[in-house]
Amino acid sequence: MIIAERKPMEEIKQMIAPYNKLLVAGCGTCVTVCWVGGEKEVGILASQLRLARSAEGNEISTLEATVERQCEKEMTAELKDKVAEVEAVLSLACGSGVQTMAELFEDKPIFPAVNTTFIGMPEKEGLWVEMCGACGDCFLDRTGGICPMVRCAKGLLNGPCGGTRKGGKCEIDPEKDCAWEIIYRWLEKQGRLDLMRKYYEPKNYRAVKRPGKVQAMQA
Amino acid sequence: MNKEIVAFCCEHSAYPAADLAGKQRLCYPQNLRIIRVPCAGRIDAIHILKAFEKGAAAVLVLGCEDGACHHITGNTRAKERVKYSEMLLKEVGIDNRPVGMFNLAPNEPHKFIRVLNEMNKRIKESREAK
Repeated sequence: MIIAERKPMEEIKQMIAPYNKLLVAGCGTCVTVCWVGGEKEVGILASQLRLARSAEGNEISTLEATVERQCEKEMTAELKDKVAEVEAVLSLACGSGVQTMAELFEDKPIFPAVNTTFIGMPEKEGLWVEMCGACGDCFLDRTGGICPMVRCAKGLLNGPCGGTRKGGKCEIDPEKDCAWEIIYRWLEKQGRLDLMRKYYEPKNYRAVKRPGKVQAMQA
Repeated sequence: MNKEIVAFCCEHSAYPAADLAGKQRLCYPQNLRIIRVPCAGRIDAIHILKAFEKGAAAVLVLGCEDGACHHITGNTRAKERVKYSEMLLKEVGIDNRPVGMFNLAPNEPHKFIRVLNEMNKRIKESREAK
């Protein structure tokens, strides 16, 4: 899922400074799961902004809404009436959601309240780690299902680097497991250690032409 | 609601304690609005922020004593959420509105009053510091 984190409050306040009527729009999918842009966070951010502006003597009125997926036009279009009532929109969705909103409501300024950071998974409650770099040329079949491009600090395709610490920790971040150490152990369990002896050519970073576009195979 | 302390009281501990304070004819500050909740763990950051938006001078979350929560972890969750709310308020530059979480038993009306007095003291201090 897509992971994001909220922008610093000062930056948000600066973005919306000229506006007095705002729609704070959340998304009910990835950013809800990573506790940054769901219905609850929309309520909290709107309340924080009202309190801050009221303390400054410059009141702001807010509308709050959360759609199932802000990156889908059909769902975001449901906000049409609310957007019409406000001067600007503060979106807590990922970059894709913000742009969908901007495409649908061209006449309104849309501001992002979060920074979209990576594709990841929850490691434990409240902690998410990066798992995929969306490179468009998946390599996981050769590495026991672990992506060295993202999970190795050096992004090595032919690892390990030789600097692995005692206990299989990374030399750059002693808190982190060495991705290649895990790859070795898992391939060993699977009886596929021969893959470790192979040399892999430098990766094709042009697999996805920007902006990416995918056409479904099925009709 | 101006100058009021909003106290979210767990119905298993703080609410009976407030009730007992009344039954025993103990005096406690008048600027209090009690909101009865099924558990302190029901309270989320948004409830605390909204209380301040409505003009509360301070917000109290009163729950069961450690290890005595009727819903097992409601009071510990409430404590974390109070801390989180303090951070949210500080983030927007509002650090003169006290928020507090206290644990008490249903048979502790005196502690209930002590907590209220303490909160009033904090309100006064934060006003003077302004």
